[in-house]
Amino acid sequence: MWKTILRRFLIMIPEVIILSILVFLLAKAMPGDPFTGSINPKADPQQIHHLMKINGLYDPWYQQYWQWVVHLFHGNLGNSYQYQEPVTRLIAGRAGNTLWLALFTMILTYAFALPMGVFAGRHEGKLPDTIIRVYTYVTYCIPFFVILVIGIWIFGYVFGWFPTTGSISAEASGSGWLQTIGSRFYHILLPGILGALFGTVNIVQYLRSEVIDAKGSDYVRTARSKGVPSKDIYRHHIFRNSLLPIAAFAGYSITGLLNGSIFTETVFSYPGMGLLFVNSISYRDYTVITALVLIYGILNLIGTLLSDIILSIVDPRIRIE
Amino acid sequence: METASNFLNIKDVSTAFKINGQFYDAISHINLQVHHDEILAIVGESGCGKSTLATTIMGLHDPAETKISGEIDFEGTNLLNLDDDGYNDFRGAKIGMIFQDPLSALNPLKRVEDQISEVMDYHTSLSKEEKHERVLQLLDEVGIVNPKRTAHQFPHELSGGMRQRVIIAIAIACKPDLIIADEPTTALDVTIQAQILDVLRDIQKENHAGIILITHDLGVVAETADRVAVMYAGQIVEEGTAEQVFNTPEHPYTRSLLRSMPQRDNENDDLYVIKGNVPSLQKMPSTGDRFAPRIPWVPASAHEENPSMHEVAPGHEVRCTCYKEFSFPDEKGSVTV
Repeated sequence: MWKTILRRFLIMIPEVIILSILVFLLAKAMPGDPFTGSINPKADPQQIHHLMKINGLYDPWYQQYWQWVVHLFHGNLGNSYQYQEPVTRLIAGRAGNTLWLALFTMILTYAFALPMGVFAGRHEGKLPDTIIRVYTYVTYCIPFFVILVIGIWIFGYVFGWFPTTGSISAEASGSGWLQTIGSRFYHILLPGILGALFGTVNIVQYLRSEVIDAKGSDYVRTARSKGVPSKDIYRHHIFRNSLLPIAAFAGYSITGLLNGSIFTETVFSYPGMGLLFVNSISYRDYTVITALVLIYGILNLIGTLLSDIILSIVDPRIRIE
Repeated sequence: METASNFLNIKDVSTAFKINGQFYDAISHINLQVHHDEILAIVGESGCGKSTLATTIMGLHDPAETKISGEIDFEGTNLLNLDDDGYNDFRGAKIGMIFQDPLSALNPLKRVEDQISEVMDYHTSLSKEEKHERVLQLLDEVGIVNPKRTAHQFPHELSGGMRQRVIIAIAIACKPDLIIADEPTTALDVTIQAQILDVLRDIQKENHAGIILITHDLGVVAETADRVAVMYAGQIVEEGTAEQVFNTPEHPYTRSLLRSMPQRDNENDDLYVIKGNVPSLQKMPSTGDRFAPRIPWVPASAHEENPSMHEVAPGHEVRCTCYKEFSFPDEKGSVTV
């Protein structure tokens, strides 16, 4: 068990190094420079040239990369060109918001998806199953941002039940902690629910077909021939076996949520890492982009690591003895 | 054949499966008895309904997709009248089943001990410790060398033979009166086959159980069975003691089967091959001898229109009258076409 995890962890080290080089080179290969757009358009090209030079943007890539890595280990990701403040502080201020939203979305996603998937699989072909399937197909066909916009329009604008922008209301931000938490929670409700509605689709479909497979499997037939009642067969045999691919998925779903957060945060103007990412791209804010892509990449790797660990816990077959 | 010892009495049982909205008989009008202390072998080629009969007795069919008629009298209860809960009192407790493919018949995520003791959870009031003891005892009974170790292992850590032993342990955990073994040795190699059959025989002697052994391996039948029922295309075509069926086979199908077995004394001859296939469910003829198309040289007049069982010796029955005229084309007195 521990051997599996340790081995899996060691594999991550070269992955992170390769990832960081790729991220760095890709960011460098992007067109444009960080100054042209943000300085007075009449600025002297010589002046821009000078700024590029003192910021080290003319050095060979490996020197720039090495600089970047050294700084990285000192917790210094450089200054944002756009905001003129340290990238670390910039990201740290928003990471909490994103984490909070992602966690909430994930909990909701599984709370919706697990019962729906098992129910649909158990009552395959019946009306509730058809309804769930239609729901998943329709949702799957609609682009995520369209769902978000429709959601905002219906629940935020027509009914006016939820706030449509920001992470906290102006009044609450000055008052006590209870109001602060309340307001923050109120602001993630709609994006969280919409994200979960979208996120359930894959899990429901997977779980449904796994349950249907498991129902016809030989070990379930064995359990039936032991005289195990139907509800216990679902609880002890079908459910856990059907969860295997979902468990394998769980780590990756963190990545999915972060990708989703780019849409959600942009549409909701929610000040998190996703919104920062989109803004940084439009402003060619290299330092922020590289830092964020690296963070997203590392989270991706951690996601797959988590998936493997979860899977090795639930499935005895893939443990290394 | 009605004696006090036949505790399982299958009367006129047919099982039909729904295919494209219509029901087709997979087994039709089966009559069989099983006694204590005997091994009844059901033989026949693939697709002739052996496993369907087994799963019908176990009540494992989805009622929405199957139609079962007739009566299965098990120790005075007609199993076919039971609902799922009622059936669960029999499954595992009084009827144990051993499945064909030991590789997939165990839950991959549960330890061997949990899978064996699960059956006792529902049918006994043993304490946790007693169940643990019983699991070790069962594993020992089915010939597992290190019960303590195996009990703690997962199925993927065991060989095919060991898994089949575990499945047998599950089937016999509650000392059932009836054990249905559906091709228990098909997936195993020959040496393991013999060991598994020994285990089955020992269990049967010890528990006075009746065993239904389903197989297409005539060698296995000859070695273990007391009585034999030969099935073809969903019907029983011949039934008798093992001696009767092996020494004086009457039905053309039984004779063809036996002739298609390799013999030590005709090593150099080509093996006999039964031409054609078992008809599919949708194409099953409703009247006439179902085996007739595969012995085309036998004139139609030799067959009955609605073939019934004929007693040729006490306890030895054969379907259809064609057995009287049947001989192989290369034998003396054969009818040439």
